[in-house]
Amino acid sequence: MFREIWYTFLEFLRTFGALQLFFLQLLRSIPIVFVRRFRLIVHQVYNAGALSLVIVMTCGLFVGGVLGLQGHSNLARFNAEDSVGTFAAFSLLKELGPVVTALLFAGRAGTSLASEIGLMRATDQLSAMEMMATNPVRRVLVPRFLGGVIAMPMLAAVFSCVGLFGAHLVGVNLLGVDAGAFWQQIQATIGPEDVWEGIIKSFVFGIVASLLAVWEGYNAIPTAAGVGRATTRTVVITAICVLILDFMITAVAINFGD
Amino acid sequence: MTDTDKPLIEIRDLDYARGRKQIFKDLNICIDRGHVTAIMGPSGTGKTTLLRLITRQLVPDRGHVLVDGVDIATLNERELFGLRKRFGMLFQNGALLTDLSVFENVAFPLREHTKLTNRLIRHIVLTKLHAVGLRGAADMMPSELSGGMARRVALARAMVMDPEILIYDEPFVGLDPISMGVIVRLVRRMNDALGISSIIVSHDVQEVSTVADQSYLISGGKVVASGSPDELHNTSSELVRQFMHGMADGPVAFHYAAPNYAEQLLGRDAD
Repeated sequence: MFREIWYTFLEFLRTFGALQLFFLQLLRSIPIVFVRRFRLIVHQVYNAGALSLVIVMTCGLFVGGVLGLQGHSNLARFNAEDSVGTFAAFSLLKELGPVVTALLFAGRAGTSLASEIGLMRATDQLSAMEMMATNPVRRVLVPRFLGGVIAMPMLAAVFSCVGLFGAHLVGVNLLGVDAGAFWQQIQATIGPEDVWEGIIKSFVFGIVASLLAVWEGYNAIPTAAGVGRATTRTVVITAICVLILDFMITAVAINFGD
Repeated sequence: MTDTDKPLIEIRDLDYARGRKQIFKDLNICIDRGHVTAIMGPSGTGKTTLLRLITRQLVPDRGHVLVDGVDIATLNERELFGLRKRFGMLFQNGALLTDLSVFENVAFPLREHTKLTNRLIRHIVLTKLHAVGLRGAADMMPSELSGGMARRVALARAMVMDPEILIYDEPFVGLDPISMGVIVRLVRRMNDALGISSIIVSHDVQEVSTVADQSYLISGGKVVASGSPDELHNTSSELVRQFMHGMADGPVAFHYAAPNYAEQLLGRDAD
């Protein structure tokens, strides 16, 4: 029993170490990929970013709307319904924007990356590239990783903007909060450091989500079941990592704020 | 390094195990320049693994793989990629890149490794596609192709860089008789006209016999017989005869190791 726990722990360390080496390998290839294969990166930003826009915007609109409803009904108890804008903006910029976008990203782009790369391995496409003297890490993995890292902060920004629009729609247009008060409160309370916190978070989540998707795909067992498992693991592990990291970054940011 | 007396590829005392399963033990193979060499053997003897060892997609546990007398295990990545540009490989299932069209798949090595103009690339790609009879399929995606067509596109891709050594992994599986005949002739013609060397891994004894100069029969991790197809056909070794003539009974068991058939059907083995 203790032995099994010990072996599981060792296995975890081994995987974690391998993941870090893999990450370094990706990082090392980034400059050359930027210079030689810029087009592939653009293509992957489109794949991971533009194609996730609809889902991100739809979810953003409704999350913003919920914030408007909840904020208004709860703040009304303190006669502070004018602060619904601040409430929504804080929630979106610092937490919901980066976190929900990362979760959506894992579900939409992460799974497609993992299964695509896993299937490329299963059908010998990666071996074929190696045989054609092309490094699959540079041709396949790095562009997809970078595409995710670049797309993520932009998606989070879009999510927050659309969310704020949703909150405005519900708070101002539906429930009658004064539009001037809505925006003025936001302007008075939100500072650049709040925006930065959101950007940093979404950047970190972008790295984590893309890295895990590419890693799971690359190391998938090359069978139908193996690729399926890799896809599932991508979503689950990304979600866990994002939420844990969110807690850690928030804790650090609040300490720096004081 | 084009000393024509030396064998092109030499495998010396090679051992390779995957997990606990010993796949090769003391394997010795010599592949001559300008010949079509066939490597045959029953399914599961690690023929594909052998190709991966020759191209260093896998590294042997012991022994050496020499190409032009150089041990490929000592090459760094740049040298290895340099070596691989001299190889063209046809994978068992084609291994076409699914996000590129047929044309772009064949053009891939040219775009990666040369600075040829688009005009010239177009010219080369169309010529190679024409050779495999699929010039008309240039704009199709790999998902629209049948298995046999995909293999022919992959063959066009394997030869697009005019390699010195062409490696075929089960090239005849799943081809209709017409394509089969075309491909068999193509293999032979390319080998002789372009002066390249070919390695064919296959268990299609009949087809291989018509093209190969030299055959190796692998079983149980070792070379059990070698020689020209005629020599193998007329051999006295039971194992070779069984394989060459496709007989169910002989030294190679058709049945995977299992408990007694009657006992198992009657459910007695469960006790």
